[in-house]
This record gives sequence, C-alpha cells and structure tokens, in this order.
Amino acid sequence: MPAFAIDVHGLTKRYGGRAVVDNITLQVETGRIVGFLGPNGSGKTTTIRMICGLLTPDAGSGTCLGLDIMKDAAAIKRQVGYMTQKFGLYDDLSIRENLDFVARLFELPQRKQAVDDALNRLGLSERQEQLAGSLSGGWKQRLALAACLIHTPRLLLLDEPTAGVDPKARREFWDQIHQLAEQGITVLVSTHYMDEAERCHALVYIAYGTILAQGTAESIVAGAKARDLEDAFVRLVDQAQDNFK
Amino acid sequence: MSAAHPHRFSWARMLAVFIKECQQMMRDRLTFAMAVGVPILQLVLFGYVINTDPKGLPTAIVSTDSGPMARGVLAALQNTGYFRIDHVLTSERAAEALIETGEVQFMVVIPNDFSHRLVRGERPALLISTDATDPSASGNAIAALNAIVPQAIAHDLPGALRHLGGTPASFEVRIHKRYNPEGLSRYNIVPGLVGTILTMTMVMLTSLAMTRERERGTMENLLATPVRPSEVMLGKILPYVVMGYIQLGVILGAAFVLFDVPMVGSMPLLLAMIGVFIIANLGVGFTFSTVAKNQLQAMQMTFFFFLPSMLLSGFMFPFRAMPLWAQHIGEVLPLTHFLRIVRGILLKGNTFIQLWPELWPMLLFLLASGTVALMRYRKTLD
Repeated sequence: MPAFAIDVHGLTKRYGGRAVVDNITLQVETGRIVGFLGPNGSGKTTTIRMICGLLTPDAGSGTCLGLDIMKDAAAIKRQVGYMTQKFGLYDDLSIRENLDFVARLFELPQRKQAVDDALNRLGLSERQEQLAGSLSGGWKQRLALAACLIHTPRLLLLDEPTAGVDPKARREFWDQIHQLAEQGITVLVSTHYMDEAERCHALVYIAYGTILAQGTAESIVAGAKARDLEDAFVRLVDQAQDNFK
Repeated sequence: MSAAHPHRFSWARMLAVFIKECQQMMRDRLTFAMAVGVPILQLVLFGYVINTDPKGLPTAIVSTDSGPMARGVLAALQNTGYFRIDHVLTSERAAEALIETGEVQFMVVIPNDFSHRLVRGERPALLISTDATDPSASGNAIAALNAIVPQAIAHDLPGALRHLGGTPASFEVRIHKRYNPEGLSRYNIVPGLVGTILTMTMVMLTSLAMTRERERGTMENLLATPVRPSEVMLGKILPYVVMGYIQLGVILGAAFVLFDVPMVGSMPLLLAMIGVFIIANLGVGFTFSTVAKNQLQAMQMTFFFFLPSMLLSGFMFPFRAMPLWAQHIGEVLPLTHFLRIVRGILLKGNTFIQLWPELWPMLLFLLASGTVALMRYRKTLD
C-alpha cells in the first residue's frame, strides 16, 4: 500500500480562462482523516473531482491510491467512495433499490449481503423500503454514505457531507468516519464547521484555488499567530485577499 | 485490480441501469399512462375524425330551368354523394352570398334555358363555383363531377338527340384503385400513426432520460461509478424499446378491431422492422439528451425533430407532391421509410426483399444517431 493515498502535484483547472484550481500540490497519508477547508467557491469540489477522475486537470499530475489520475480513472473509481455535495441518488427509488443499483454497478459478487451490510451499518434496515425522496436531510446523508461504502473503498472523498444536517446526526456521522479510519480507510472530507475540523488528523486550507496552509490544527494556528482555528482561517484569507489584489 | 476487472462492456452493469430505469418508469404513473393513452387518443382522432375525402358538402343550386336535363344534372350531383343540396335559389347573387359566408361549399348555376339550348345543340354552360380556400376539401367532388355530369345528361336525352351528350371516346380508361379500392383515408392514416406515435414518444422519453439525471444531480454519482457510456445508453434505451412494442400492440390492436385495417403481409416481418425504427428514434432522443441542458430544452428539440417528420415523411401530405429538395430531406428521416414499410406490409403484403430499399436508409440512420449519441456522452464532467 502506498504511503500516500492521495499524492498530486501542480493540479490546475481553468474555466473560461480563470483558474478555479491553481497549481495545487496535495499529499494525504494513508489511513488518516484530512479536513479540506475553505470559503465557498475556493476550488474544493473541483479538486476532489480531479482526484477521483471526474474532471481532467488542465495541468499537473499525480496518483490516487497509487494509480495515475490521468490514465487510470476507471480503476480509481472502483476503489474510491465519492459522496457528492448534492444528494446524488434517486428520489423515486427506495433505499434498498438505490443501494442495490450501486452494488450492481460495482458488480459486487455477494450483492445481497453487501446491501444488507450497508443497511445495517448505517441503521437503515427498518426504512429500506422507503423512497429516498421522502427522507429528511440526516437520513439522506446516511443513505449517501451507505452507497459510497458499499464497494468497500480504500479512500473516501466526502464533499460537505454534513451540510444541512442536525448536530446529533453530525456527531453520529463523525463517529462513523472515525470507525472507518480505524479500519484503515483514508478520508478526505470538506467542511465549513470548525468543530469538525478539530476532529481531523490533518487540515488543508484552500482559498482562491490555492492552498494557504496545511498540517495539523495546532501547527496552522501557530503558523498564523492566531487564537484558534477560526481566527487562523480569517487571517489567512485576509492575507490572501491582499496578495490576490 | 484493473487486471482482474478488465474495463470492457459489462452486461451486469447494463442490466443494473435497465432495472433502475424500469423501476423509475413504473413509479412514474403519469408518463406510463400517457405512453399508452396518447396512441389511443390519436387513433380515435385520426381514425374517426379526420377524413381527406369529405362527402355531403353543402351546395346551393341556382336554377330556374325545370326541364328534364336540369333535373338530371341535380340527380347526378346528389348521386355522387359529394353534394348535399341545401339551397335551391333563383338568384345568383343570393348564392354568392352563401359562398362568401361559408354556408355552402359549392354553387351550381343552371341557366334558365339550359335544356332548351342543349337540345338545339348550342353547347350551354353549367357553372360550378367552389370555395377553394381548402383545395383538398373540394378536389374529389370536382373530379367526380367531370365524370358523372356528361353521363347523366346523355342518359336523359331522347334517342335521336343522344349525340348531343358528347361523343364517347374511341377508347376506355379503366382505373384500378389497388390496395384500397374504396379510397378509405383510415387505411392510409392508421398504419401511418404507428410511425408518428412511436417517433414522438420514443424521441421524447429518451431525450428526457439523460437530462433528468443531469438536472436532478444524479449524473455525478453515476459518473463516479465504473459504469460505461455504452452500458448507460443501452440500459436506458431498452425499457423504451419494450414500451414501444406495448404502444405498437395498442395501435395495431385498435387498427384491426376498430378500423378493420387489413393485414396482408407478414406480422413477424413487421415486428422486426419496427424494432429497427424504434432504436433509430431512440438514438435521436439520446443524442438530444446529451446536448440539452435541461428537460425543457430536450422537449423543444423533440418537437424540432417531430414536426419535419410529420410533415415531410408523407404522413400528412403526399410525399411526391413536395419539391425535390424537400423529398431529399424527407428521405433522411426514418419515419418516411417506416411509413412505406408499414403501409407496404399491412396493405400491400410486401416482402423483405421488396422492403430492403426502405430498410437500409433506416439502418444507416440508426448507425449514425447511435454513434453521435455515444460520442456526445462524456465520462467526465468536463
């Protein structure tokens, strides 16, 4: 197993001449939970999409789980669980039908077992016949997590998984993430919540398409000469804004 | 890992998409009901309501001649079945007024000395005026007049004067109206409906298929799985092929039971040909759905394809009546060829060999639309 689950250099993505992601270099150690923070529109989603082969970078190179992100997108997709920011499953299918669909797409050998396991792990068994469209935010998020865990990925890419979810559900969600990390799964999770950031092993802070800081929470706070994480990020963005102008 | 799972076409993944589409289709009751309801509605409208050979058209007669010839002409007019004499007037001006307001379609003026002048051999004129704003409404009636009026007059002339009815031609023209001797419009329209209804529903439903994924945000999730474009395309198209055959069953059933449309040719041949036609249309719909940004655009594109198909294929208007350039456009559309195939099999009993010239352009169209659809489908979000 490679030391870095994600190891990318100089990733750049432009839309209409504007660099949304500009020369990003990022390394995520295998088995860790890394928080991906930054203001809205800073390039988090675009970066995640490039890592899992959904977008082709305009420049840069790198590997994901030891596989080339430019050439091995198909193989990467088999081993990565990607949870999109917007609920990406089918409202008009039941929980079970949704999971069964994903399990079939990954051609899992023990499909029924895999679906049952996913239902049990996230406490969805009793609601399995319910249509996804009728679920509340917290339950939708559980279903989405179940769907991206069903093929037992080695890397989870979670794009603002807890947006619009109540505090209790958020806490349960993070307990899940830590359990998964203990099993050796690497997690890259984007978020706006500082309490969630504090539960990560390491943080990456991105704004205007470039990485402003990365490391542990303590090192970022110390480096920015700030009181706490939130203060550190505000200072970093202000500095970047000055440089950007 | 990638060696254990070579990334080739997978029937299992195709099946996954197929099952999912079927589940969604079953849950979308309205769309399903429409897919079956639209053919029934159109059949009733076209089969019972639309008639390109109208009979019993309102007619005004202006006549002051009560001689036997004038009466003979009137009887002949009524016998054709095309004319229904609503008004018998003495003033031409009053009849003109009826035509202007649209109350009558025809005005027949028999001059007051018609019989008299005819007998004297003066070639009197019968004036028949028609409201020709809609040419197709009066065309057949006028054609019937030309044949029947001289006969009627000749019949009523006393023996010695029979030559005044006009000399018969030295030869006879015999007309055989083959395949549809009674000239029933529904024999032409109902089989044609099979093609138009399938074009509309097939293109529309598939064009919505991919745009719906994009609009609801499920596309990104789908792209993040190992599923390949060809698997998505086939899996999405197959349920609609099944639906196309259900529609076909409804239309043909009604055609045979309600409209007594004959089935002269081979049913298996028809079913096979329809398969090609359905898939060609699904290719178009799929291409639209890769271009359209939302479902509204997809609908608009569907109509952009459907209208020329209706108008240029020979479904509504005779194909050979169109200028050559329009015929060339028509020849590209699958509906044009399919109409000839379905009418050929149902009414004429055409065989596969006879229909091959209509089949290969459809196959070519299928190949082209399928290729474009696959090329337009992207594996990434770029």
